[in-house]
Amino acid sequence: MTHVDGNALAGAFATTLGIEITVTVGRCRSCGSSFNLACAHVFITAMGAVMRCGHCQAVLGVIVRGFRETLVNLSGLDYIRVPHL
Amino acid sequence: MTPSRVRWHLGRVLSRQFETEAAIRLELDVPTWPGNVAGAHLDIRLTAPDGYQASRSYSLASSGESTRVVLVIQELPGGEVSPFLVRQLAEGEEVEVQGPLGRFFVWIPAEPEQSPVQLIAGGSGVVPLFSMASAREREPKGADFRLLYSVRSPRDEFFADELAELSRTIVEIVHTRESAPGAGRPPRRLTREALAASTFPASLSPRIFVCGPTPFVEAVAGWLVELGHDPAQIRTERFGGSP
Repeated sequence: MTHVDGNALAGAFATTLGIEITVTVGRCRSCGSSFNLACAHVFITAMGAVMRCGHCQAVLGVIVRGFRETLVNLSGLDYIRVPHL
Repeated sequence: MTPSRVRWHLGRVLSRQFETEAAIRLELDVPTWPGNVAGAHLDIRLTAPDGYQASRSYSLASSGESTRVVLVIQELPGGEVSPFLVRQLAEGEEVEVQGPLGRFFVWIPAEPEQSPVQLIAGGSGVVPLFSMASAREREPKGADFRLLYSVRSPRDEFFADELAELSRTIVEIVHTRESAPGAGRPPRRLTREALAASTFPASLSPRIFVCGPTPFVEAVAGWLVELGHDPAQIRTERFGGSP
């Protein structure tokens, strides 16, 4: 399947965590690259979305929306830097 | 457009009009809409009678402070959401929308602009770039704008009339499969050399926005870097057309 990018997750992150993911910078735990998460590769299916590093393809995180709650895993990121908007 | 303003809004279809054979222009009235940011997108959420929900992201074609939202949606055959929006959603019906979303792939007129702005669209990726060019059109002063629009044929063009009327953006359209009658040149795929010939050179340090299908965006972004553009000046938005 083809990927899109982190721009497509703006709505999911804004409503779940209240952060603007497209201008949030993250560092990949696998390769150490830092980049704007708008540039992450994102694979969306009916199950949820997987975010991968555009440099090394490691999984950065997963977001899955259920009926009662949303699961967010960002374990492939060392950190995220969220700008004050 | 702070995240706290992001929530679901109810929008009503004011008008629907085919933009091409397989794309619809929807005009929505969203009374609580915070306003359109050029380049931003929204999520549309559909709910089935049994509670099943599906949402998709679409770029805003509209820009500026308004509760009127314009979208142009390309139908993806076999898709779950787009065929409904393109073929069935009727005037007067309501949909839920969330936005405006995104701060990365946006153009804000108030920002002091030293360098020119180059817009590069592949297919329906022209929608957010049209929104930026429209926003630029309303500003008496500002950066030089150029749009390079790669599209299969004249029949597949979005905003054909509006693009022809832009006075502050230089528009160049490349037809990749079928030329306009009497165009005098065959259709051609965009190449790195054609890209270089139709865009601001790296020496002018343009800010660049590229939007289109993923393979288009990756090819164009790669060529731009090879042509000497600073990767930090290049902003991309990919859509894969999730069905």
